[in-house]
Amino acid sequence: MVSRRLFTQSAAGAAAGMILTACGPKRLYEAPKDRLKASIAEMERKYKEQLGKDIKVSDAGPIPGVHFAYALDISRCIGCRRCVYACVAENNQSRDPQIHWIRVFEMEKEKGVDFSHADPYYNPAEVPEEGHFYIPVGCQQCENPPCTKVCPTGATWAEKDGIVVIDYDWCIGCRYCMAACPYGARHFNWTQPTIPENEINPDTHYLGNRPRPKGVVEKCTFCIQRARNGRYPACVEVCPVGARKFGNILDADSEIRYIIEHKRVLVLKEELNTVPRFFYFYAT
Amino acid sequence: MPHETAVDSIRLFSGFARGSVKLILRGNRAYWMWLAFLGALIVSGVLAYSEQVRFGLGLTAMRDQVSWGFYIGNFTFLVGVAAAAVVLVIPAYIYNWKPIREIVIYGELLAISAITMCLMFVMVDIGRPDRFWHLIPPFGFLNFPSSVLAWDVMVLNLYFVVNFVVATHILYRAFHGKRYIKKLVVPLVLLSVPMAVGIHTVTAFLYNGLAARPYWNSSILAPQFLASAFCSGPAILLVVLQLLRRFTRFEIQDAAISKIAELMAYAMFLNLFLHGAEAFKEFYSNTQHLLFTRYWYFGIGAHRTLVPYAWSAVGLNLLAFGLFISPTTRRNLITLNIGCLATYAGVYIEKGMGLIIPGLTPDTLGEIYEYYPTVTELRVAAGIFAVGFLLFTLMLKVAVPISLGEFMDKTEASTAPDAVFAGAHTAQ
Amino acid sequence: MRSRATGIVLGLSGLLLLAADGTKPPVVTSPPEHLEVPPPPFSDGIFPCSNCHAGMTPDRHRRELSAMHTDIVLKHDETHRWCLDCHDADNRDVLHLASGEHVPFDESYRLCGQCHGEKYRDWRAGVHGRRTGNWNGAKTYLLCVNCHNPHQPRFHALAPKPAPRPPNRTMK
Repeated sequence: MVSRRLFTQSAAGAAAGMILTACGPKRLYEAPKDRLKASIAEMERKYKEQLGKDIKVSDAGPIPGVHFAYALDISRCIGCRRCVYACVAENNQSRDPQIHWIRVFEMEKEKGVDFSHADPYYNPAEVPEEGHFYIPVGCQQCENPPCTKVCPTGATWAEKDGIVVIDYDWCIGCRYCMAACPYGARHFNWTQPTIPENEINPDTHYLGNRPRPKGVVEKCTFCIQRARNGRYPACVEVCPVGARKFGNILDADSEIRYIIEHKRVLVLKEELNTVPRFFYFYAT
Repeated sequence: MPHETAVDSIRLFSGFARGSVKLILRGNRAYWMWLAFLGALIVSGVLAYSEQVRFGLGLTAMRDQVSWGFYIGNFTFLVGVAAAAVVLVIPAYIYNWKPIREIVIYGELLAISAITMCLMFVMVDIGRPDRFWHLIPPFGFLNFPSSVLAWDVMVLNLYFVVNFVVATHILYRAFHGKRYIKKLVVPLVLLSVPMAVGIHTVTAFLYNGLAARPYWNSSILAPQFLASAFCSGPAILLVVLQLLRRFTRFEIQDAAISKIAELMAYAMFLNLFLHGAEAFKEFYSNTQHLLFTRYWYFGIGAHRTLVPYAWSAVGLNLLAFGLFISPTTRRNLITLNIGCLATYAGVYIEKGMGLIIPGLTPDTLGEIYEYYPTVTELRVAAGIFAVGFLLFTLMLKVAVPISLGEFMDKTEASTAPDAVFAGAHTAQ
Repeated sequence: MRSRATGIVLGLSGLLLLAADGTKPPVVTSPPEHLEVPPPPFSDGIFPCSNCHAGMTPDRHRRELSAMHTDIVLKHDETHRWCLDCHDADNRDVLHLASGEHVPFDESYRLCGQCHGEKYRDWRAGVHGRRTGNWNGAKTYLLCVNCHNPHQPRFHALAPKPAPRPPNRTMK
């Protein structure tokens, strides 16, 4: 039918084409330093062009001997949502359409921790409401993340310091990770995100809070741009009742270890074996 | 056989191409109206999709709470249709049942059209279609074997290639009045049987493996997918074959049609049984996981959008089962076709929206957002279906005359025209 | 100072390792020392108290004040305690513990810690109260009174920030 020569000629051509294009753009997972720097320079150039602002994109890597963990005191949280909006401001989340990386759920004390009877849209004049308590939920930075398992292009992975990150330039927006996440922690840019120009935070990280494009997934990164510089995430610092704690779980002196060792600690959906590094506890 | 040069191959192929174009352009009024209808849907779909590309997936009704919807539902259903070609292959080749062997090729053409539609539905669903190449090594990175979606990409494309190679080989050889090369075709056809089971098992595993979604995280999902696939796929084929018999010289025995319908009845029984088993587990165990099943069949509070669809699917499936299990209604062409439509519609509902939406409603943190497709989604989906039907129509327009010996390049014919294709599948 | 704080926490952890079941509370073994804290949030001009009180004779009778400090409404175990249970009667520039030991205002946490021992331990570990600064650096402390009004320590209800917008079919 088709001659053998024709077949071999076209196969050779295809192979050559593939090898040549193998040197094209790649994902930033374990990217060598020089390629990473070049990619970041390109990002900063594009941000200058599209947003007219000087966005600084950090390439800070994980600190050796550090695995981040978070602890949230459910006996203290009053559901004021200041963490939600501090996060929005710090992490350049879209204002319209609205994206919140933290969602606070109001529950009844009688029913306990039960998401089938939880309300994230509570809006009383004052919080806390009588007989209710509050659980904020964001990315749990699991050690056994179901989301990174399912990504078909390998655009999301867990870094060595435990933060689950997304390469926004590699994500194809298939949203399989959103289906896989048991905590509703991942959010999608259903259209072009918008941030008022004067509210853009220019201190960003390439895997964290740099402005995202349309059609990709995003989520909490434990404020990677802050954490890798030794600072607390924005939500920890803004909480007016001190319900949020953060630190290095590998450090025996850390607040996180103290909480795990002395307080009644729980994780959400423990039976799913995701091994979250986000703990909830009762301090009192 | 003399060694062909590249020039010979091109000359022979251009003859085939020109002949095919002539066949495609020749048709009666019904044919042209059908093409015009499909063309209109395709244009509408293209326009809707370009709006979606410009604005973003926000033009669909999908949101964070229900992040998969109509597109993925259609994709899932069509993978089942593609897998169903094996329903014909098993009796034809493994049990050597001659009446079906003549029509296996049409199952393969249907599989090609279905897989094309599947790939298109995936393309329109992803947020960054311009980054589709990220899936293709060595340009991109395919997260194999960890991601089931990576498996799906591979097996779907492989299944497409297998069916494409077999169908085009058989037809092209028949066009030249030659028998197909057994050593090439038979292993591929036999391979397509486990592959068909494979593509639908992998597609089921896409959902099955997600512990975050208890409605999907059920062991029976893969068997249930196969069962519902084996009823819905052949349903289309049965209708098409009857149309071919009506409008062309194409012949197909009533026995073959009846046999396929019988196999579909058994598949539908299995489908209903597995649904029943699922319902028992959910309602009897009565855990919070019941919420998803409850949302589908009864709604939750004021949220009842999908309830009429749920019960329609149940009714249609039961009707189809009844019509196909009884030999009387199976042999009566009117009830047979009602059964075909009922199967198709019933499985379309319960495997498309009935699988995706209840799996995501309520969401992982208990919120209920009621999803149903927007006009954009409907237009794009209709456009994709139109592409699939168009592809199938055009392939049939060429394949049927080849099979009847009417479209042939006689210069190198080694056997009499009529005998070639009719015997093509029966040759041992 | 940091090494001392580390020493305390290490000591606590060491004790915990011995108490294998992890439910024994940590024990503060070394004497409290001066921690770096922000200045006490005095009202303008109220400190030093001795400006007024130096020349006055202390009236130790438990009563409701009428002449001065009438703006202070005590809602802190007021059934059992009153001003002079914390404020030193003879030297108003300091507070005092139950033993009578004087405690300067910038070490007021020692006084709070008398009754609120668990919270004091947690606060020293960095677990009670708002954390700012560096997770990998020296712990910075706020005084208890930087957040809690010592006379009405319970937090008032706050107006919550706006609820998220529920998902909407139409985005355009």
